[in-house]
Amino acid sequence: MHGLINRAIQGFVTDSYGADKWVEAARVADLDFVEFEAMLVYDDAVTPRVLDAVSTVLGRPRNDIMEDIGTYLVSHPNVEALRRLLRFGGVTFVEFLHSLDDLPDRARLAVADLHLPRIELRDHAPGRFSLVCESPIEGYGHVMMGILRTLADDYGVLALLDHQGSGGGIETVSISLIETEFAEGRVFDLGARAT
Amino acid sequence: MNGDDNLLQMLDVLCPMHVVVSSTGHVLHAGPTLRKLRPDTPIEGRRFLEVFDLKRPRGVSDMKKLRTLAGSKLHLQLRNDPKTEVKGILVPGPDDGTSIINLSFGISVVDAVSDYALTSADFAATDLTIEMLYLVEAKSAAMEASRTLNLRLQGAKIAAEEQAFTDTLTGLKNRRAMDHILDRHAAWGTQFGLMQVDLDWFKAVNDTLGHAAGDHVLQTVARVMVEETRENDTVARVGGDEFVIVLPNAHDRAALRSIGERIISRLSRPMPFQGQECRISASIGVAIYDPGAGVSIADLMDDADVALYASKHRGRAQQTFYTPDLRASSENLAPPTGRAEPKRA
Repeated sequence: MHGLINRAIQGFVTDSYGADKWVEAARVADLDFVEFEAMLVYDDAVTPRVLDAVSTVLGRPRNDIMEDIGTYLVSHPNVEALRRLLRFGGVTFVEFLHSLDDLPDRARLAVADLHLPRIELRDHAPGRFSLVCESPIEGYGHVMMGILRTLADDYGVLALLDHQGSGGGIETVSISLIETEFAEGRVFDLGARAT
Repeated sequence: MNGDDNLLQMLDVLCPMHVVVSSTGHVLHAGPTLRKLRPDTPIEGRRFLEVFDLKRPRGVSDMKKLRTLAGSKLHLQLRNDPKTEVKGILVPGPDDGTSIINLSFGISVVDAVSDYALTSADFAATDLTIEMLYLVEAKSAAMEASRTLNLRLQGAKIAAEEQAFTDTLTGLKNRRAMDHILDRHAAWGTQFGLMQVDLDWFKAVNDTLGHAAGDHVLQTVARVMVEETRENDTVARVGGDEFVIVLPNAHDRAALRSIGERIISRLSRPMPFQGQECRISASIGVAIYDPGAGVSIADLMDDADVALYASKHRGRAQQTFYTPDLRASSENLAPPTGRAEPKRA
């Protein structure tokens, strides 16, 4: 798994629970090191081990951790760049949802060896979608739930999300939009420079 | 189009990927770049929605519905290979019922440029595509340089760490590595056997035959110990002629005993060196770490030391398993003469 992904998990634990918890998780995961390097590629087996270790150290179920990672990725100031990149996807939440299909390709355009799981948005009825996520790591659907929940707020949309379960390396999240102009949402200025 | 060639000529320059579609949904005219996408089966004359699949918004099957989407973003895909995805926007045309749809590659541009052998002449001069392609290439070149550097630094780091944990003379692990491994076993709660191995008569070899002979002995000892242990055991040289062997999951005392005996027996054989014979042997103290017993690693090392001193006092070339009663004999509590006090925390 790419260092950026592993590094994101490290960032989540460090920024949310403190460096000590991360050091502990790294030890429980038998990492042999503490810092992931963002631009190196690590063995695929490392990431699930780290996630299990984080779950053990924090004493919380793995799926909760996965969803919190998703929330962290689009809400913590330390990873603001990522929220901005996702908001490039669309002016409205629905447009953003549709842009998710392009996400792995966009990511690969930026970092050639970063392979994000494929995601496909299925359109059932107005305001009703399901997001079908390829999940090489168990619980990826929960990460997407955290991201979607937070970005729905970001767009000022009221949305109901439900993890529909997993099977055959696929996880499905159902999305129902209750109200598309529920709140103000956060401003997105295309021209703002990431600091 | 009332033969309004002027408009089409303007569109060809401004939007080389546009199509003009009739009220029946047939393509009346395609811009020059769009024509390049299907050189063998001209788009003109065919139904727009037969050439392109409208992926989003969904549920649009005819031209009438498509025209209601004027002004919003369309996601389209060519129906035959290469199934390039394009973005589009539709505006009503000047003549009744006609539509003009302008297309662009979006993210698929990198592949499209190579799939269709496009050049900068295929894009309007005001189009940012060429700038974007330039950025993609420049970024890729810079990232590649950075990636190469990363790998090189990572390699150097691994080598440096390897070196920092290796005893250069024997290639065995050093004390630092062993401390690290013991801490890890303790953290995991692994049961393991700990052997303290001291060479007997090594000082004599060094003093009478010289350091070269001494080094040769140490290298031979290292090889023997590695050969007599399992792959996941750790053999470390922790002092001049002191070694530690860590044997994880060594539940079987008899197996430990036979490993120790084989090591002593092989090290007691004379080692030829430049026509001379180096004669040494080894004394071993064994302690077993039981994760539930509440014994610290430092205590365990001390137990192994006590067992080792007992071996030395019993006449060397011996192996002793630690038992608390060994501590009853005061001579087992101090290192025999000639052996340095172990330096450990």
